[in-house]
Amino acid sequence: MFRPMKGGGASVWLSPGEATLLRTLVVPVMELLSDPARPAPPADLSGLAASGAPAESADLFDDLEKMFNETAAEAPETPADPVLARLLPDAYQDDDEAASEFRKYTESSLREAKKYFAQTMLETLPVKGGRVKLSADQARDWLRALNDVRLMFGVRLAVTEDFE
Amino acid sequence: MSVAPAELDLPRSADEVTPEKPWLTIVWNDPVNLMSYVTYVFEHVFGFPRPKAEKLMLDVHHKGRAVVASGSREAMERNVEVLHGYGLWATVRQDT
Repeated sequence: MFRPMKGGGASVWLSPGEATLLRTLVVPVMELLSDPARPAPPADLSGLAASGAPAESADLFDDLEKMFNETAAEAPETPADPVLARLLPDAYQDDDEAASEFRKYTESSLREAKKYFAQTMLETLPVKGGRVKLSADQARDWLRALNDVRLMFGVRLAVTEDFE
Repeated sequence: MSVAPAELDLPRSADEVTPEKPWLTIVWNDPVNLMSYVTYVFEHVFGFPRPKAEKLMLDVHHKGRAVVASGSREAMERNVEVLHGYGLWATVRQDT
């Protein structure tokens, strides 16, 4: 189905149905990773005016302080949703504190990375199918996005045995 | 009367200090990831030669887990971030 291209990329021809199916599979992963119950830390500071200069430096510092305090106060736990827990697993097995520290500093960037892979797929999937040509980087992003889809299915279907 | 020289309280030499044990990156088996995919990650992301990548993958598959790297805690945590990006489940622990 997928053919390698010179330079490390891959190409594949998808029917309209296949393209739709792939899109349908990737969207729930993106939505889960954007879970409103676990918002990413604020990236933009609302104190900045359109010109780029701070509207009021007091607002800017307030926002910054709020951001730092929120990060300092939270001790994030393994996500309650089992799919999210599998996509964002614990990095320490028998050390909840270390796991929480690791999660505090890495979870949001991991979520953003996975959303980026899914986004790449959505952007390179032609709506009506057809030939898709992926660069090496895009092919790698598809690989990771599709693997996240497989993990999601694995959890939802309670796959527990190796079938290989 | 002569005074015996006081005993000097010399600091222990560096040789006597036990170096911290290395930290390990461990990859765990899971029922979803394909063997070919795990081998691909070990080979193309971690740079293991193909036979070594396959051996590590088989260790994960048959033994339930495999140590894929050792070194500083920070480096092991970076490995885990990368592995989680690829959907593998990996953890960090200190060598015993």
